Amino acid sequence: MTTIENLTPSRRAFLGLMAAGAASGFATRPAKAAKIQTKARIVIIGAGAAGTSLVNRLVTRLEGADITILDPSAQHLYQPGLSLVAAGLKPASYTQSQTVDWLPEDITFIPAGAAAVDPEAKSVATTEGQTIPYDFLVVAPGLVLDHDAIEGFSLDLVGSGGIGALYAGPQYAAKTWQAASKFTEDGGVGIFTRPATEMKCAGAPLKHTFLIEDIATRTAGAGKHEMHYASNNASLFGVPIVSEKVRMLFEDRGITPQYSHVLTAVDPVRQLATFATPDGETEMEYDYLHVIPPQRAPDFVRQSGLSWADKWTDQGWVEVDMQTLRHRRYPEVFALGDVAGVPKGKTAASVKWQVPVVEDHLIAAIEGQEGTAVYDGYTSCPLITRVGRAMLIEFDYHNNLTPSFPGVIAPLEELWISWLMKEVALKATYNAMLRGKA
Amino acid sequence: MEQLTFETMVAVFEEIFGRMLFWGMVAVAVVITVAYFYVLIRDRTMSMRKFLLAQLSMPFGAVAAVIFVMAMTHSDLRDMGGAVDVIVLLGIAAMGAVGAAILVYTAQSLFRGVQEP
Repeated sequence: MTTIENLTPSRRAFLGLMAAGAASGFATRPAKAAKIQTKARIVIIGAGAAGTSLVNRLVTRLEGADITILDPSAQHLYQPGLSLVAAGLKPASYTQSQTVDWLPEDITFIPAGAAAVDPEAKSVATTEGQTIPYDFLVVAPGLVLDHDAIEGFSLDLVGSGGIGALYAGPQYAAKTWQAASKFTEDGGVGIFTRPATEMKCAGAPLKHTFLIEDIATRTAGAGKHEMHYASNNASLFGVPIVSEKVRMLFEDRGITPQYSHVLTAVDPVRQLATFATPDGETEMEYDYLHVIPPQRAPDFVRQSGLSWADKWTDQGWVEVDMQTLRHRRYPEVFALGDVAGVPKGKTAASVKWQVPVVEDHLIAAIEGQEGTAVYDGYTSCPLITRVGRAMLIEFDYHNNLTPSFPGVIAPLEELWISWLMKEVALKATYNAMLRGKA
Repeated sequence: MEQLTFETMVAVFEEIFGRMLFWGMVAVAVVITVAYFYVLIRDRTMSMRKFLLAQLSMPFGAVAAVIFVMAMTHSDLRDMGGAVDVIVLLGIAAMGAVGAAILVYTAQSLFRGVQEP
C-alpha cells in the first residue's frame, strides 16, 4: 500500500497554525479614534434605517452629547424585504424587528412622533405634547403613503378581489401575495402601477412585475396571463440606460408598457382601474392590480417650513443641499433618507451612503469646523428579474452607472450572483448598517 | 457595498442559513477538521486506500453542496446568467467536494483505525 510519508504534521505545527488563524482574526479590527467631548443636544426624528444608523455612529464618535431619538413605531421594518414577502418568498416576519433592539444605550428614545419643528427657536414638539430643544436636528421620519389619493381604494381591499399593495407594510405585503398568487394560478389581466410622485425605491414596482410574471409563467404556463406595466411618464426607470434595458426585458417577457398612465381610481366591484393619461382618463379591467400610492413628506415637515418652496410643492420634501444634506436655510438642520429633498435616493442603499456624510458635517459643526464629505447621489437597486436572477444596478445623481464590482458583476446583466446579494446578503448588510458598522 | 469585513461575512452567512443552522454547520465543520488533523497526526501517515475512497466521494459532495445552496436560496441551475455565476457555482461545488473528501477520510480513519499496510 502506498503512503505519503512526508505528510506528517507535528502537533506543534498544528497548534501554531490555529494560533496564527486566531491572531489574524483579531488583527483586522481597526483602532478606535478618540471621542469628541461635547454637550451638544442632538435630536433625531425617526428611528428607521437612517436615524438608527446615524445614532449608532454618533455614540461611537461623541462623548457627553445629549442625543434624543423619536419614533412612534415600536416596530422596525426591513423595507427592502417587502418585495420578497409580496412574492411569497419570505414570511412577513422577515421584515420585522423591534425598534429599541437596534438603538444604543446612553441615548434617550422617545416613543412618539414629531408634531412640529420650530427651526427658529430650535425645538421639536412631539405628538405626546413634549417640547425638546436642540442644537442640531436630523429629520429622518420617512415618508407618508397617500392611499386616500386613489379614489375607491382602501387598505381593507388588499389581499382579495385581485388587489395588492406591498408598500403598505409587512401584513399588506403578505396579503398582496395572497391576491397575486391567486392571479398566477388562475391567469387573467395583471396591471402593475407606480405613482407620479417621488417614491421609495423606484425599482420595486418593476421587481414585483417581473417576479409575478416569472411565477405566473411557471405556475400556470405561458399564454394565460396578460401583463401591463403602467408607468408615470415616457420611461420605465429614471436612469435612461436602465429604462432601455427594462424595455427590452419587458418585450422579451411579454409585459406591455403603458406609458404615462397614472392610477387615479379603483372600482373594486367591477375590477376596473382608472388612469390619468395625456389624452384624458382611460379605464382598464384587471384580474390583479398592484397599487402604489403617491408619496409625500409627513405633514409636520411641510407645516414647519422645512420643505422646498419651489420644488415638489405637492410632496414637501426637506430643502437640503444635494451634496451635504444640510438644510439650505437652517444650517443646524439635516435631513436623511426618504424625506430628504434630493433627486433619486429613497432607498436603504442611499441611506448607507448619506449617513456618513451627515455624520461628517454634524461632527465638524460641533467642532466649529466645516465638513468635507460629499454625497453624490449613489443608490443601488438589485433589480430582480426572476426568482433566482437580478441586475445589480448602482447609479448616482448624474444617471451614471457606478458598479461596485466592475468587470465581475455586470450591472445590466441578469445574474444569479446579483440575486444572491438581494436575497441573502442585503439584509445582513442592512443590519450591519443599522449598527453603524457598514 | 462599501466594505466586506469578516463581521459582515458572518452576518451574511447567518442570514442565508439562519443563525442556528449556520453555527451548527460551523461547529460540525470545526469538529471534522480537528478530527482530520487528529488522525493525520495520530497515524503520522496518509493512507492512499482511504484517500481513494475519499476521492470517490468528492463528486457526491460537490453535487450535494450545489443542491443545498440552490434550495436555501430559491435558485435553480437555469438561473446561471453569466461567467461569474458559473465561477460561484464551481466554487460551491469545489468546497462540497473537498468537504466530503475530508469527512470520508476522517470517518474511515476514526472508525476503521490504522489497519495498514
